Amino acid sequence: MATLIGAILLASITLYAVLGGADFGGGLWDLLAGTTARGRMPRALIDESITPVWETNHVWLIFDLVIFWTAFPHAFAAVMTALALPLWLALGGIVLRGAGFAFRKEITRLSLQRAAGATFAFSSLLTPFFMGTVIGAIATGRVPADATHASLSAWTSPTSVLIGFLFVSACGYLAAVYLAGEAERRSDRCLQTYFTRRAQAAAVVAGALSLAALVELHGSNRAMFDRLTGRSLSLVILAGVCGLGVLALLATGRRIVARVVAALGVAAVVWGWGVAQYPVLLPGTSVTLTNAGAPNSTLIALVALVVLVAVLVGPSLVLLFTLQGRRLLEAGEGGPWSVNGPTGQTQPPRTPLQPPRPAGKPPGLLALVAVAALVRRRQRR
Amino acid sequence: MTPVQAVTALAASPLSAEVPARAQMATTLGFHIILACLGIALPTIVLIAEFVGLRRSNPVAMKLARRWSQAMGVLVAVGAVTGTVLSFEMGLLWPTLMRQYGEVLGLPFGIEGLFFFLEAIFTAIYLYGWRRLSGWAHWWSGVPIAISGIFGAMSVIAVNSWMNQPGGFTERGGRIVSVNPWQVYFNHAATYEMPHMVLAAYMVTGFVVAGIYAAGILRGRRDRYHYTGFAIGFVPAAILTPFQIFIGDTAARAVAQDQPVKFAAMEYVTQTSRKVPEWLGGVYVNGHIYGGLKIPYMDSLLVGFSPNTEVIGWDSVPAAERPPVVWLIHLCFDVMVGLGFLLLLAGLWAAYTWWRKRRLPSQRLFWLLGAVSGLAAIGAMECGWVVTEVGRQPWVVYRRLTTTDAATTNGGVLTSLSLIIVVYALLAVATILILRMLARRWRRSDLREATVLDGAAARPQEQAATRAGARWPR
Repeated sequence: MATLIGAILLASITLYAVLGGADFGGGLWDLLAGTTARGRMPRALIDESITPVWETNHVWLIFDLVIFWTAFPHAFAAVMTALALPLWLALGGIVLRGAGFAFRKEITRLSLQRAAGATFAFSSLLTPFFMGTVIGAIATGRVPADATHASLSAWTSPTSVLIGFLFVSACGYLAAVYLAGEAERRSDRCLQTYFTRRAQAAAVVAGALSLAALVELHGSNRAMFDRLTGRSLSLVILAGVCGLGVLALLATGRRIVARVVAALGVAAVVWGWGVAQYPVLLPGTSVTLTNAGAPNSTLIALVALVVLVAVLVGPSLVLLFTLQGRRLLEAGEGGPWSVNGPTGQTQPPRTPLQPPRPAGKPPGLLALVAVAALVRRRQRR
Repeated sequence: MTPVQAVTALAASPLSAEVPARAQMATTLGFHIILACLGIALPTIVLIAEFVGLRRSNPVAMKLARRWSQAMGVLVAVGAVTGTVLSFEMGLLWPTLMRQYGEVLGLPFGIEGLFFFLEAIFTAIYLYGWRRLSGWAHWWSGVPIAISGIFGAMSVIAVNSWMNQPGGFTERGGRIVSVNPWQVYFNHAATYEMPHMVLAAYMVTGFVVAGIYAAGILRGRRDRYHYTGFAIGFVPAAILTPFQIFIGDTAARAVAQDQPVKFAAMEYVTQTSRKVPEWLGGVYVNGHIYGGLKIPYMDSLLVGFSPNTEVIGWDSVPAAERPPVVWLIHLCFDVMVGLGFLLLLAGLWAAYTWWRKRRLPSQRLFWLLGAVSGLAAIGAMECGWVVTEVGRQPWVVYRRLTTTDAATTNGGVLTSLSLIIVVYALLAVATILILRMLARRWRRSDLREATVLDGAAARPQEQAATRAGARWPR
């Protein structure tokens, strides 16, 4: 039962990484988009792609936290105590990112809009970086089981910092790949090349950082390295293959397929980490999935809840992503910003929901594919 | 000193974390709860406006619905991030609470997560579907938000009421060995806390919306737009007020039963006795009550409908188990009840005038009352939270875990508290400024519309001008 919950937690983390992570990555590209005039088009695409979905994607984080503290309260308390500082900083990033993003849309004065935008873009880097250091600290066994005090050395080891940067680049990578696909679906050549180039660069950086983290792990934490290259080897290879596959797909212009493969690659990294640790929850301690706190009755209730989430939230998510994929979700009451998409084609202001078009392009059901892949993998195990 | 050293020094400072941790929790919860109320009930208010707009082809109501949903977008975003802060704080400030009881109180939180998901998804569809979804399809896409708002609120309150009346689990040797989710969710206190908070959310939202338009009417904007906006907020809130007072009264009696020490602090019951008087106002310091109006026998009457009802005083527990600052608890309770009755009065006034004259009252005093009703509702709700939270002290889980023991052993909470206060102050100012800016923009567009209607068909140019004036964010 505890293993099942562990798998559910990992699946939920994966979804946060591939969906929420991309939203943070959008902030990275927003930050790097240059001056107001030069960055207008990419920022527009980023804004339109993130707006309807970021809050939903963000809920995965809440869900992760709740599963973590309900199923493994002892490990949760230890992590929250030992890694308090990076968690506070990640939280600061979440608050400023969300507020900056929401405010930017409604502000009309350019200077204030720039300030809100800069807040959004800069804080989008904080959260993945510090989350990365937290995961790095856990994976390298720096969290004691009965932590009573925050520790600076726990999350500032070279491995943790490398993983922090890896998270930032992975978010940027996912975002650029998704945005390149989005630009293709809008047949916007200019942005298509723009984000393809950035996706390729981010892929190279993320790949290099992953390798560097592995090398660093080889020197500093041999046990974890052995498990990653032993038990998790197939997943690590899958992640590498996906990375190379995305590069190939981008080079050949198949950007929409590239999105799925990119998400799969990131999912493989998350699962590689999880499988390598299994069944230990806090490496370096004796805290495992089975002895981290919750009684069986809690775990059963939690599984029932997850089934309910799958039944109720799953179809709703599909609906949301379908509507977004068909570009039926746009800002309401004519705000200050154009809602006509970056290519400038005007749309009828209010047409009824069209029936599904069989000949239309497949909707970007990235989430659905990711979920399906995860479910299939869980069944295999 | 390098920043790293400074951070380490702060983190290692030996200051007790309990007081700043409580202050931080109070600040963040007190801030978030207003947004949470709006998140729970504003969708319903917007849906009412859209319903009126669709059903009666009322363009004013329709315009209000569209505009409110734009404001809702901002409020929901700020509410989502401030809510996340609370989730993190559960672990960052109260690790021992989570370590001991995470497996119990986590379940209602999980159910809340489910509804939070539905809320976020359908909020996105509703907010961004205005242009492309047909009228009733769009309306129905908002219904799940309203429903999941109510259930989400119930789930969070399930946790809070569980902290007041913990149950539904077996503890052996300091470890939880089994949990009964139903008894955790529907604990003793849940039956009255849940409806009390859901109604409070609807009252806060309704009166806040009404207050904004009442203020406009006071400033001379006496048009259909403002009266409609006022009515759509005021009517549901005013209808719910008497029910809220009834539930609050029931809740107080239940608190007298289940959490007698909290009740004793609320009503200044120093000793367990009969014929207990009711104090209205008054400050309790060192055994004396300064000021305040004493009504003999009233408290016993309210608790058991008879002057001979015995009311348990705070002398029933040792001094260490009594809540601090009783005067704060008592005054907050009185303010909450007083504001509740003030809001009831406003509702009755409007109802009487409607009954006799089929219109809203024209007296300036009524509109003044209407204009402050939003602040009054927020004040009452915040006071209620002070009563229930400070009144439970020194316990975080009633009679099981003290707040001191639950608090983090980390130093540096003072730092996070200071930063949070700064960030939240900025957040509050920015949110209010942006909402005001939206309102100004709407007024300008109304003005333009009026001139366009007056001055023949100047429409195309007008639209072109709007488009040219549109600037990309950032």
